[in-house]
Amino acid sequence: MSAPSVLYDAPGPKAKARNHGYTAAFIVVIGAIAWYVISELLDSGQLDWPRWEPFVNGSGVWTAYILPGLQNTLIAAALAIVIALPLGAILGIARLSQHLWIRAIAGTIVEFFRAVPVLILMVFARVIYFEFTTLPEENLALFSVVTGLVLYNASVLAEVFRAGILSLPKGQTEAASALGLRKTQLMTLILLPQAITVMLPAIVSQLVVTLKDTALGGAILSFPDLLDSVGKITANFGSNVIASFVIIAAIYIMINSLLTWFAGWLERKLAKRKKAPKAKPIHIATETGAGASMDMGGGGDSGSD
Amino acid sequence: MRINRVARVGAVAAALALAVTACGDRNADSGNSGNSGASGGIVAKAKNDKKLTIGIKYDQPGIGLKTPDGKYEGFDVDVARYIAKELGVEESGITWKEAKTPERENLIEKNEVDFVSASYSMSDARRKRVAFVGPYYQPGQDLLVKAGRTDITDPEKLNGKKLCSVKGSTSAQSVADKYAKTVQLQEYTTYSECLTGIDSGLLDAATTDNTILAGYAKANPGKYKVVGRPFTTENIGIGLSLKDAEAKTAIYNALKKLQDTGEWKKLMEKHFAGAEGYTIPAAPPAQFTDK
Amino acid sequence: MFDLIEKYNVLDAFWLTIKLTFYAAILSLIWGTILAGMRVSPVPAMRAFGTLYVNLFRNTPLTLILVATSIVLKNTLGVTMFADEQSQDFFAILDFRLAILGLTAYTATFVCESIRSGINTVPVGQAEAARALGLSFAQVLRIIVLPQAFRSVVGPLASVLIALTKNTTVATAIGVAEAAGILRAMIEFESDRIMVVFLIFALGFVILTLPTGLILGQVAKKVAVKR
Repeated sequence: MSAPSVLYDAPGPKAKARNHGYTAAFIVVIGAIAWYVISELLDSGQLDWPRWEPFVNGSGVWTAYILPGLQNTLIAAALAIVIALPLGAILGIARLSQHLWIRAIAGTIVEFFRAVPVLILMVFARVIYFEFTTLPEENLALFSVVTGLVLYNASVLAEVFRAGILSLPKGQTEAASALGLRKTQLMTLILLPQAITVMLPAIVSQLVVTLKDTALGGAILSFPDLLDSVGKITANFGSNVIASFVIIAAIYIMINSLLTWFAGWLERKLAKRKKAPKAKPIHIATETGAGASMDMGGGGDSGSD
Repeated sequence: MRINRVARVGAVAAALALAVTACGDRNADSGNSGNSGASGGIVAKAKNDKKLTIGIKYDQPGIGLKTPDGKYEGFDVDVARYIAKELGVEESGITWKEAKTPERENLIEKNEVDFVSASYSMSDARRKRVAFVGPYYQPGQDLLVKAGRTDITDPEKLNGKKLCSVKGSTSAQSVADKYAKTVQLQEYTTYSECLTGIDSGLLDAATTDNTILAGYAKANPGKYKVVGRPFTTENIGIGLSLKDAEAKTAIYNALKKLQDTGEWKKLMEKHFAGAEGYTIPAAPPAQFTDK
Repeated sequence: MFDLIEKYNVLDAFWLTIKLTFYAAILSLIWGTILAGMRVSPVPAMRAFGTLYVNLFRNTPLTLILVATSIVLKNTLGVTMFADEQSQDFFAILDFRLAILGLTAYTATFVCESIRSGINTVPVGQAEAARALGLSFAQVLRIIVLPQAFRSVVGPLASVLIALTKNTTVATAIGVAEAAGILRAMIEFESDRIMVVFLIFALGFVILTLPTGLILGQVAKKVAVKR
């Protein structure tokens, strides 16, 4: 937090005046862009009240389209993370195995599914389910979306797990071995519980990525998610496409901001009680799906080390 | 509910293992099928259970639309209601299911709906997978433009203009191939998006079946008009399972009655009268080619 | 396999993927750096804008952003992105440019956050020394901090680049015929060889992303500031 102020001196009278000048110029530029957008929207009638009215006058838009869509979005994201977590743990631990062939297999799986776009995984999951299973059609989209997300997120979480375990001080392993614990005991009793605490913020951040990626299902697989509800709203209320998009985007942003904030809060909280085993917050750069959890540590400004 | 979800999770995990390891075994574990009436046809099901599951459009004004208050309306929906009633099923016994364009054959093949009434064009490719009864109406491909616009009177006038259609439909390409070589094509996911473009003047026209266009024109009075020069003829039918011959006859009889009693005309007027530029055909098709 | 690649112009589609990635990467780097500069600048309005922008765009699904460029910018506001309206390829060019715009708007937030965390790795003393020499904010940032920050974030930026490469597939939602755009046709007409089709696309992306990671990983090690 203190970082920015290091870059410039506390402004004196001259600098203050200059900053005011910059502020004014900047606001003028932003204002001009905003004014252009709003006037164009007004001209095309997109800001007319009738286009927005359905969202506030209790027309049932929320209960009929938006909330069911939101529910599907949340179900898909939650299922994906819940299934991906254990799979990711297995893959992550496998990558730390003492046997080369296990490491090689796990490594290949992880690298492969991290390299293939989620969209393509989803599309093929759908084809495979359709050709080789008798899953009911109405669940096909959900299953495909979840499968694509699981394959990708398990790979990402594998890296998170691996980094989390590696971040623990070596003394933990050594002490456990000295006590005569087996490898499984070492992992389940000593390493994993500690690693999961370090990883929690990263996992919550990954949930944001997953939530955003469910929208691919809505756009490509006609999965009836939050994004897909736009089509149903606009079919009923004429071309209030922009009003619908604004409302839907606001919902996504709100949920994701909450999750992001929660991840940051978790990290700060964990950072405070980080005295015992000094595990570093993991800043592995897992790269990202249609979303990104760049700073795996969450908030980002954890200061200098 | 809880068991259901657990089953779903299990099924996903099982299917996942299948996909990852790509081992040969087929996963026979299906979730929950909405329809257990595999033994008898839908006529028996309608008679005994007084229940039917029908696939309709949820997002097409005039054809099939789920309204915010949870009602279903549109010409195809009313036709479906009529057929259901003829089979002895009241409105309360009907379960509506959304039948999106690419999913319709699958829904029928997997017995998740008893029949589909969703502006279902009776193409030869589809006949390999599902049976049709119809056509119960014959829309033609037409153009939708801003109300008051007079320069676009037929598809030939589209040269140098911007034409909108929806993904997966071949209608726009056929305009480019047959009528206007230099038309610029734009595809969207829904027709509502086309309408926004027509509002702003980016797009000059949208194209698809004139009944669908009429639905939009009627839902937005004074804003759009159908050009009224249909240049193809589509055959719209009821889609159902290939195996259910008894149902085909029953639905055929219901549709026949629909037109003989004049109910057909009433429904057409209810849903399409007042759409600028659209003329309701004088009579329904004289005979069904498929039955 | 090669007959399929030829028949469906898979290489052309992947070439479009590469072009999308290339332009969006350069623009994201520029816009993301500007955003990072705003977020650490002494002007409160810029800081506020930078923060608001990053939080809004980072938390919106890319799919929604791309669809919105098409619906809001093109369809409603009539933005033409300097494409020739009379040209037969008007929509293809316009959609391509809109996809770059949408990808940039989204990816820049991650570039910005990477660079900002890179700025945090530069020891406080560096900036303090620079200020003591009388350098202005812009000079401190340009001459002292950013060069070191960039060197420390090559790794994370490589991850962003890989993510961007994969994210270009979302452009199929607004009709850009990149790699994912031809998927539909291939699945429909080659359903008996579906695993081959999958392998083609999977390998295509492995080929595109793996070297990026390896090469930039080496670069990251080489240029990292030893502290």
